[in-house]
Amino acid sequence: MLRDVTLGQYFPGNTVVHRLDPRTKILLVVIYIIALFQAQGWISYGLVTLVTLVCMALSKIKPSSMFKGVKPMLFIIVLTALLNIFYTEGTPIRPGWIITWEGIARAVQMMLRIILLISGTFLLTYTTSPIALTDGLEMLLSPLKKLKVPVHEMTMMMSMALRFIPTLIAETDKIMSAQKARGADFETGSLIQRAKALLPILVPLFVSAFKRADELAVAMESRCYHGGEGRTRMKQLIMQRRDTIALVLGLLFLTAMIVLKRVGL
Amino acid sequence: MAEIITEKLSHVYSAGTPFESTALHDVSISIPQGQFAAVIGHTGSGKSTFIQHLNALLQPTEGRVLLDGQDINNDKYTRRDVKWKVGLVFQYPEYQLFEETVYKDIAFGPSNMKLSKEEIDERVREAAAFTGVSEELFERSPLELSGGQKRRIAIAGVIAMRPEILILDEPTAGLDPAGCAQIFENIRSYREKSGATVLIVSHSMDDVARLAERIIVFDRGTVVMDDTPASVFSRAKELMEIGLNVPKAAELAVALRDRGIGLPEGIFTHERLLAALLQLREGRKC
Repeated sequence: MLRDVTLGQYFPGNTVVHRLDPRTKILLVVIYIIALFQAQGWISYGLVTLVTLVCMALSKIKPSSMFKGVKPMLFIIVLTALLNIFYTEGTPIRPGWIITWEGIARAVQMMLRIILLISGTFLLTYTTSPIALTDGLEMLLSPLKKLKVPVHEMTMMMSMALRFIPTLIAETDKIMSAQKARGADFETGSLIQRAKALLPILVPLFVSAFKRADELAVAMESRCYHGGEGRTRMKQLIMQRRDTIALVLGLLFLTAMIVLKRVGL
Repeated sequence: MAEIITEKLSHVYSAGTPFESTALHDVSISIPQGQFAAVIGHTGSGKSTFIQHLNALLQPTEGRVLLDGQDINNDKYTRRDVKWKVGLVFQYPEYQLFEETVYKDIAFGPSNMKLSKEEIDERVREAAAFTGVSEELFERSPLELSGGQKRRIAIAGVIAMRPEILILDEPTAGLDPAGCAQIFENIRSYREKSGATVLIVSHSMDDVARLAERIIVFDRGTVVMDDTPASVFSRAKELMEIGLNVPKAAELAVALRDRGIGLPEGIFTHERLLAALLQLREGRKC
């Protein structure tokens, strides 16, 4: 059922990773992505994998829930791998074959790269609540306010969108059940029939989403919401010692990766 | 004809994740044909989960649901067919309306049953009559009607499948007293004419007291009471402990009895309380 959707869903917990400041975690993910793209040889890929696994272990996220996040991307991962296997030049594994040893090596590295990329970013959303995430993002982007970029409005929109994902999922679930109770069939039939079968879900869903947006706007205005200017927050974000340590470790990791690239490993 | 039985029914949501929660535990209940039963319970007591098992929308984690002695979760086909036999009206059903016209929306259920056009037409008109939806509304868009009208159209959409068992989740939530009374009258007349079993989920004790023959009380996923209204409401204290109340008339009757007015036991509707009081006055005059 839709209830089990875990794409980027927050798993509450109380590990070191959960307690890190959201700003630290966002920065670390950026560092992680840059570091990942430095990887070229097996040793550097090994290092990134090791670091990812350590972070996963620290956050106590089950590998099975990580796999659920990777699953929707499986098609792209396999396609990339296949393309790399067939289109990389080098020594064929047997004389006359198109498949080369280099191709296989590249395919494995590419797959590893995509999987690590997904796992690393999911680690952020799995361990950080959406509210903390957008708060962190707003503060990180706040220098842009000087350039008249509506940072607060943008992050407010983002946190609202995130906030309503579960609500909309619950709503969809409810409408689906109600239409199923009237005999609607979403599972069988041709592609066109199935697309048509979605109509009884989409129409009520849109009607209620618009209604809800309207109500939310009224509720915010009646509480005098007028944008970001002069707004204070209940939960102040304060950098702790663990944040400094995490950032230093992150930078060390990035340096190591750059060095490895230079050396050609 | 249509007897529905649950055997040691249990349901766990999101099993194996940090969000795991047991919604139902070991519920064994049998509802005979034609009974008017009510399910009451606090929010989160498992009553909504329970009714969604009765038409195979949810599959039990453990236990079975039997309709006329047959397991409704046997295969995909019985799971679909059971939905015609067990009609389920969700809470705030007006949110499920989607067709361009009222007529088409009521016809959605019957047309999924692959009936002939004439048969569908007959059922739509019949269901509209049961729920007091006038045929003048048939060509209007359901979205532009009032809340009470929408609700009745949505209920008609389920009744049009001619269910042998009609289940309604809080059918009167958010309606004004006149709208509530009308909906209950509609349900009563459908049951009378079709002989269907009716199961109603509610936390309005006053409504339940007036209509139901049997009350099933849920608390934290289990059935804590299952009896006639008279005996359930005589356990007012226990009901209060699980966050429920007793009908106002029953409360008043208890208070009057405490003050030495000799009212008989088992009064829980306004009508009966009035009758009993009038009878007492008559008795004093003589």
